[in-house]
Amino acid sequence: MKYAAPVTVEEAQHLLASDEEAQVFAGATDLIPQIRAGRKQPPLTVDLKRIPRLVNMRVEGNTWVIGAAVSAAQLSSNPDLAVDFPGMTEAAALIGSDQIQSRATLGGNLCNASPAADTVPAMIVNGAVGVIATSEGTRMVPVSDIAIGPGSTCLAPGEFLLELLVERPPLRTADAYLRFIPRTEMDIAVVGAAARVTLAEDGVVESSRIAIGAVAPTVLRVDEAEAALAGRVIDDDLLDEIATAASERGSPITDKRGTADFRRHVVGVLTKRVVAAAAQRAGGSQ
Amino acid sequence: MTTTQPEYKWVGTRPVRHDGLDKVTGRARYGADLALPGMLVGVVVRSPHPHANIVSIDTSRAELIDGVKAIVVGADFPVIGHDDSADAGEGVVDYRDLSRNVIARDKVLYEGHPVAAIAATSSTAARMAAEAIEIQYETLPYVLTVDEAMAENAPILHDDLITKGVSTSMGETNIASRELHEGGDLDAGFAQADVVVEREFTTKAVHQGYIEPHAVVADTGEDGRSVVWCSSQGHFLVRTQTAKVLGWEPSQIKVIPAEIGGGFGGKTTIYLEPLAVMLSAKAGRPVKLVMSRDEVFRASGPTSATRIRVKIGADKDGKITAAQAWLAYTAGAFKGSPVGPGCDCILTPYVIENFLIEGYDVVTNTAKVTAYRAPGAPMAAFASETVLDEIADELGIDPIDLRLRNAVKEGARAVYGPKFRRVGFIETLEAIKDHPHYKTPLGPNQGRGIASGFWFNGGLESSATVNINEDGTAVVVTGSPDIGGSRAAMAQMAAEELGIDVYRIRPVVADTESVGFTDVTGGSRVTFATGMAVVEACRKVVGLLSERAAKVWGVDQSEVEWVDGQAQHVLGAHSPLTIEEIADGAADTGGPVTASAAVNARGVGMAFSTQLCDVEVDTETGAVKILRYTTAQDAGRAIHPSYVEGQMQGGVAQGIGWALNEEYIYNNDGVMENPGFLDYRIPVASDLPMIDTVIVEVPNPNHPYGVRGVGEVGIVPPMAAVANAISDATGKRITDLPMSPTRIVKALMDNED
Repeated sequence: MKYAAPVTVEEAQHLLASDEEAQVFAGATDLIPQIRAGRKQPPLTVDLKRIPRLVNMRVEGNTWVIGAAVSAAQLSSNPDLAVDFPGMTEAAALIGSDQIQSRATLGGNLCNASPAADTVPAMIVNGAVGVIATSEGTRMVPVSDIAIGPGSTCLAPGEFLLELLVERPPLRTADAYLRFIPRTEMDIAVVGAAARVTLAEDGVVESSRIAIGAVAPTVLRVDEAEAALAGRVIDDDLLDEIATAASERGSPITDKRGTADFRRHVVGVLTKRVVAAAAQRAGGSQ
Repeated sequence: MTTTQPEYKWVGTRPVRHDGLDKVTGRARYGADLALPGMLVGVVVRSPHPHANIVSIDTSRAELIDGVKAIVVGADFPVIGHDDSADAGEGVVDYRDLSRNVIARDKVLYEGHPVAAIAATSSTAARMAAEAIEIQYETLPYVLTVDEAMAENAPILHDDLITKGVSTSMGETNIASRELHEGGDLDAGFAQADVVVEREFTTKAVHQGYIEPHAVVADTGEDGRSVVWCSSQGHFLVRTQTAKVLGWEPSQIKVIPAEIGGGFGGKTTIYLEPLAVMLSAKAGRPVKLVMSRDEVFRASGPTSATRIRVKIGADKDGKITAAQAWLAYTAGAFKGSPVGPGCDCILTPYVIENFLIEGYDVVTNTAKVTAYRAPGAPMAAFASETVLDEIADELGIDPIDLRLRNAVKEGARAVYGPKFRRVGFIETLEAIKDHPHYKTPLGPNQGRGIASGFWFNGGLESSATVNINEDGTAVVVTGSPDIGGSRAAMAQMAAEELGIDVYRIRPVVADTESVGFTDVTGGSRVTFATGMAVVEACRKVVGLLSERAAKVWGVDQSEVEWVDGQAQHVLGAHSPLTIEEIADGAADTGGPVTASAAVNARGVGMAFSTQLCDVEVDTETGAVKILRYTTAQDAGRAIHPSYVEGQMQGGVAQGIGWALNEEYIYNNDGVMENPGFLDYRIPVASDLPMIDTVIVEVPNPNHPYGVRGVGEVGIVPPMAAVANAISDATGKRITDLPMSPTRIVKALMDNED
């Protein structure tokens, strides 16, 4: 197995073109366990962390530009990002241990294409867009369309994620992310839920986005709950209504981490809690 | 509530452990740390099937792979008979079964069962060879649970298995033995009861979860002798068992103990050692074998999965009138589950006249169970202590008062036979009752549970040698691997006896050729039994030192007293001689000062623990948060209170994991699905509150310092304590472990129907 660490996008593309089975990585927190378990044996691994564009984050105009290889620790310690996206920040901060945090990346979390990825629902509710390096240049794909099934993405051979673009939120808008794990940390989401809520001046919900994880092959938007919230004031009945909508939206499986029934139930519980949390933040108290 | 012991200078204090610095800096050498020149690395080829006949094994292709130096299969090992068995300190070992667990011969009995082992110059070559070995299996139907294994027409693991403890033959069976304790008149007892509660419980297989995987290096010479380095709970046991499996004399093997990164009973047997010795013999080079975490889960440990029924009757005053229990434990692939101690411990804290306890040891197509901290008792207590809690509820009696009304004390007869000597059960109940924790108010969705537990503790054989160095310091040599701080405890007792500073004592764990035979570090026996040997050896040394002083002074030894590390003349006729002075002049007074002692320790002090747990249940997600936990345990006397507290807390932490999340999960092919710490969920630090400890000290009169073993009993009550707290919080009695969020949500939703 060969290892390469290119310093430019072009160099990385050249390396990937040299071997169809080459595997890019950033933090490698998913890749190394997969190799150790014998599930993957890439002949060439391409480390993207030396390419400056992939490890920088900045605001350009009204848009956050986050390199695909920016670490979770870097993300969650950025105070400006936490003001704009408290939910996305807390999702990044939930991944693994302190050691994993210093390696794991937003881009890796997305491109590993696990239905349980913590940051993906949070990116989706914020309308994040991935910038993908292609042989012709770049193409832009909404985060919600990047993972197409467990372990598979829309990226063609030779393509890789360069950065993520997230527009800064409008006024009276906030996001939140919650996941359920049987322990308090160091675990994989049995169910995850993210919400972004924009309130009107009078406190009614102007718009919302809700995304749920680990209840289907890919992260799902809960359109029915979003529609139910529009133009209404959040109260317990409304929360129960969106909980039901979220429970009915997924098609969870039973596996070693939880039963389908449990996932269906808990995704509803998390959805109402996460919407309430996002709305509370949007209303001014964080 | 540690009572101060002013009569002792070192016993009862908290010195920094002698082995601590090396362990903190990483200098301590564990099982996998050794590397020898020319050393090969090995892999074990394991069965992918839970039950199958081995039709053929072809190693010819694998042998041709560059770098492969040796391959062994079952046929390379001698055939051992069932009649060859012995008590290994944590139960009887059948060497025929042990040899076939180390490597399968004609049949594989669980997924992960070793079938071949390879030694090669690189792990890549070894892994390539593993894939090149061609094994043909004829798969067989399999059984994973006691229900499946005990069912009529169940697939049979061993066609020669005969059920022990029954009068009539059971025919082909998976039931290895039946245990029975009977007393009084059961029907009459239940007839006297005002309340009778009967419940059925299940628990899953759980692993000891030690951090350090099994690891060994073996170097077998042309002289037919082998040196083995490994991490274990008893290197003499490793020597004996390895020799038996190889058909060697124990003295052909020298075992050098590595530091041990946790055992909890799981390292009181052998897995890799005979394979490494044999590979090394074939290759003529040292061989190292290290298990992966995956292998540790699939093929070592765990403890039994169980089904247990308990029926208890009590009168309106809370006096238990009768009790009945039925226990079935999985043994894994070979007989020997801890159902015996389960039966012995299940009702032992209480005086019960009318009882019937029966237990079944059941073989299943799962890894052979290994001792795990108070083997067999925690699941039994989960059942009985939950039923008692329900009785207290129904009678409206405080659960501690209910237990106090029935608690055993000196002179009472245990349901399994013996009479209790002085024990401290009542004292642990009172300690919890008097603790401020018991009186603090609870909030919504919060609940409180208590539970108690019993464990025998062990005695067995230990040896010790004490050498006085020429500078007046002492080396205390024992054969007990130090798992829980025993080096420090040995040094403290020696310091007390010799009258010198604890840091002027070097406690050493020596190899099988440098100290007398010593049984395993298990059964909570080391501070008790090895401690007795150390004390005895120290007293001999003090005798020798006094004799040397008498010689220097030209007086009779009866005129010499040993006080604070020096010889004093009873009448003050001579200036005192310090240990340093006597050691320095030892050549002139008779040579080096050294003494050994050996014991087969009697007078074990039995252990009781009572624990109090507060939980908060998220009724929507089923998540259980342990809010507060207090454990009271009789330690006899705490030699090093910090390590006693550590043992108490460790038992509780493991018990909470067992209660809430830990379980072996198998897929439809009988293959374990969660062989890693991600999905086999032991608690992480943030899952637990600070576990408050109350050391109760009711000294064991049969130990020079009053010691009772403390290592195990702490894991007996937690599952019941947590279950009782969950019941208090939710009104739901969960009778199946683990009490995972899934299970709690299901129980609460059933409630709504």
